[in-house]
Amino acid sequence: MRFQPVIGLEVHVQLKTASKIFCGCSTAFGSEPNSQTCPVCLGLPGALPVLNKQVVEFAIQAGLATNCSITPRSVFARKNYFYPDLPKGYQISQFEDPICQHGWLDIQVEGQESKRIGITRIHMEEDAGKLVHGDVSGLEEGSGVDLNRACTPLLEVVSEPDLRSSDEAVSYLKQLHQIVTWLGICDGNMEEGSFRCDANVSVMPVGSETLGTRAEIKNVNSFKFVKQAIEYEIRRQIELIEDGATVVQETRLFDPTSGTTRSMRSKEEAHDYRYFPDPDLVPLVIDDAWVQRTRDELPELPEQRMQRFMTEWDLSAYDAEVLTASRSLAEYFEACVALHVNAKAVSNWMMGEITRALNDSGTSIDCCPVTPRLLVELLKLIEGGTISGKIAKTVFEAMWQSGKEPATIVQEQGLVQVSDSGAIEAIIDEILTREAGQVAEFRSGKDKLFGFFVGQVMKASKGKANPAVVNELLLSKLKG
Amino acid sequence: MEATKAMLARIEAVEPQIGSFITVTHGQALADAEAADRRIASGEMTFLTGIPLAIKDIFLTEGIRTTCGSRMLDNFIPPYSATSWEKLHSHGAVLLGKLNQDEFAMGSSNESSAFGVCRNPWDRTCIPGGSSGGSAAAVAARQATATLGTDTGGSIRQPASHCGCVGLKPTYGRVSRYGVIAYASSLDQVGPLTRDVTDSAIMLGALAGHDPKDSTSVATPVPDYCAALTGTVKGLRIGLPKEYFIAGLDPDVQKTMDAAIETYRRLDAEFVDISLPHTDYAVATYYLIATAEASSNLARYDGVRFGHRAEDAAGLLDMYTRSRSQGFGAEVKRRIMLGTYALSSGYYDAYYVKAQKVRTLIMQDFMRAFGDVDVILTPVAPTPAFKIGEKSDDPLQMYLSDIFTIPVNLAGTCAMSVPAGFSAAGLPIGLQLIGKPFDEETILRAAHAFEQATEWHTRKAVI
Ligand SMILES: [Zn+2]
Repeated sequence: MRFQPVIGLEVHVQLKTASKIFCGCSTAFGSEPNSQTCPVCLGLPGALPVLNKQVVEFAIQAGLATNCSITPRSVFARKNYFYPDLPKGYQISQFEDPICQHGWLDIQVEGQESKRIGITRIHMEEDAGKLVHGDVSGLEEGSGVDLNRACTPLLEVVSEPDLRSSDEAVSYLKQLHQIVTWLGICDGNMEEGSFRCDANVSVMPVGSETLGTRAEIKNVNSFKFVKQAIEYEIRRQIELIEDGATVVQETRLFDPTSGTTRSMRSKEEAHDYRYFPDPDLVPLVIDDAWVQRTRDELPELPEQRMQRFMTEWDLSAYDAEVLTASRSLAEYFEACVALHVNAKAVSNWMMGEITRALNDSGTSIDCCPVTPRLLVELLKLIEGGTISGKIAKTVFEAMWQSGKEPATIVQEQGLVQVSDSGAIEAIIDEILTREAGQVAEFRSGKDKLFGFFVGQVMKASKGKANPAVVNELLLSKLKG
Repeated sequence: MEATKAMLARIEAVEPQIGSFITVTHGQALADAEAADRRIASGEMTFLTGIPLAIKDIFLTEGIRTTCGSRMLDNFIPPYSATSWEKLHSHGAVLLGKLNQDEFAMGSSNESSAFGVCRNPWDRTCIPGGSSGGSAAAVAARQATATLGTDTGGSIRQPASHCGCVGLKPTYGRVSRYGVIAYASSLDQVGPLTRDVTDSAIMLGALAGHDPKDSTSVATPVPDYCAALTGTVKGLRIGLPKEYFIAGLDPDVQKTMDAAIETYRRLDAEFVDISLPHTDYAVATYYLIATAEASSNLARYDGVRFGHRAEDAAGLLDMYTRSRSQGFGAEVKRRIMLGTYALSSGYYDAYYVKAQKVRTLIMQDFMRAFGDVDVILTPVAPTPAFKIGEKSDDPLQMYLSDIFTIPVNLAGTCAMSVPAGFSAAGLPIGLQLIGKPFDEETILRAAHAFEQATEWHTRKAVI
């Protein structure tokens, strides 16, 4: 029997607001334990939540960018359970009326047609704190609770079970990741948990209409692990069924070191969260004007921008996709072409030298020491014939290190291209005299030696001779 | 300073007979009084500057133990203060102490307090009412000029009625709940207990207003409540709901209501017979909604960060179970279990959702009635104060003692209790005036006119 996997993803997106969702505390990562807390996020008696409007703004942006409808009156609910990292004994979330509903994303897996994946809902909620075990300063033994992260704003994006393979799941996840980072509402850092994913996986016989029993896999925090976890889980479930056993509904934990999943709790042990509307927060009313204002202010999204780059700047689909991989990259490109019309040259340099240098140094495009203006200055030097493309790479290196103007570097290091035919002629004459034997061979028909002569001239000029002038003069002298 | 010192002496003298206080804040009181004296000397004073007040132990007070009447918070010293207390304090009011109450405001007799019995100053064998029992007893025993209480199902009005003082429950959203330990968040409201209506108006004026820290507090402008005390109710339309004047009402209460109606007639008020048809469902509805919210609100008392933690627990679950078993009293446990059940999967629709629907109907009853009348007059409680221990083994009987006050909390509107007479046994009986949402002015005016025409509020409990 052949099996069809069915996958749905629940993604937690940590929002990049300055303060928490229900209090004024900072959301910065990595401070002293419990230094970013107040009565509200500590869950002290008498403390009350006040909704951070920025969170709502970000949630609407995410909803519009994923084709959701925005719920005019959405409600916060309490999700009740006991855990030491949950200060109030309940998490404020949304249940029956989430802020965004019924969206979709079109994904593209290589070699396949584009496919539409439904988004059931996006809701806002607060994060919990975290437990700190053992060797911590000031903690002799046992466990401590750090509530700095408590009350940090999250969006939970729930997909329909429309995904049919690990590749589709990764493609969907990457696109969602690109959108939230593009919008600037999430830093996208998967290692620090700013973008984390739970996967619901089941299998059913090909052609069946009935969904199999699903397992929910927690803690898959990289694109690679999502692929691994889903593939392992599909294999595990198929093997179970083929061995005559049944898949049980349960929550499983992914172990990144072994690449496997193991049971965490069964359906019977599942919590009854006793959701009910939070009486401390009034229903959130979002009118059409608010939605429209957000829609108007929404940045051009990656898909649209890629299309525009192709038509407006005549870039190939591949180039346009690479240049819209992030909003910063796309904006760098546009800043360059605004100063310089040769889009192809900008694109080549960005995809070549700049990408290489960024990767080598582990720098992001936002911190690129060669600003769009400096890159354009460099391109102008090439086009104006002041330096050759080859020298330009040397100049680029120097710019990367020093941040200086390319013209200054060219001048300081004496890298100006020599186009003066008299000077070049003198070099050529000297070489042709020195290499008389080779000249004879060339003249007797060994055309390939032409490259040798060019190389010698360039070497003698320390790369500064204008290659076009060199070619022209060499040819006339050798043939003459 | 003189007033504060006299009040502290009075507290010391009568406290053994009453038990209104959980904590007397001697040092704080003297410091506050000194600051008030300086303020008065500099001419920057209001009606409340230097006035000695005491507040229910449900209000957080920075650096001063706040127990909410529970073992669970025996050791809890809050790092911040409730907005309502901060407001009074900013006027220069003096804090005498923290008052006795039913544990987590759950009770109608003050008997569920973990900090000892509170007695009715008019008859020390009787309960003072609850849950703000200490707040009412302290006013009646003249241990404070005025006090603060909270009212979730009648917890200000019922003890005010039993102790013969004025108790006001403002409209939900009128006063900030920030820093008030939550029992049932959609019903809880802060209000004053005072000797007369004028004091009540002054206190409300200081307490009311939007608080950016409480999303459910409302930005409706705060009027000058004292200006509303015109002394006249001529032409005021008063509704008498037939569901509240039932056969079997305590004869003393019935007699008191009849006399009060007669008084208002003499003052040229008009009476209208009205109906609030869903009254019968109010108590059941209340005990579903309030306990559901409470079960969630009280989840934070888990022994992890503050409050009581059981010693030598074997693991996390055991720590939770033992801390909560030891920290909470019987009534609190009963309500947490009721509420947890009402929210449980499979029961949620039948209980919680249904209760919310009935709550809407009850609200609509009031709104319809207020189309015809300006205020509604009812008894506060079906009987005068009962004996200590009389109902403590019968929770259902206890729950029914709030039958006339609970609907007001469900409707979210304002109401007050005003002294209106005494039983044959000499226990005070209050009348309830219910107003339109955010129309505290009208019930204050009606209460004030009644007070002017009678002398019930001038009688003092003999201690
Ligand atoms: Zn905080």
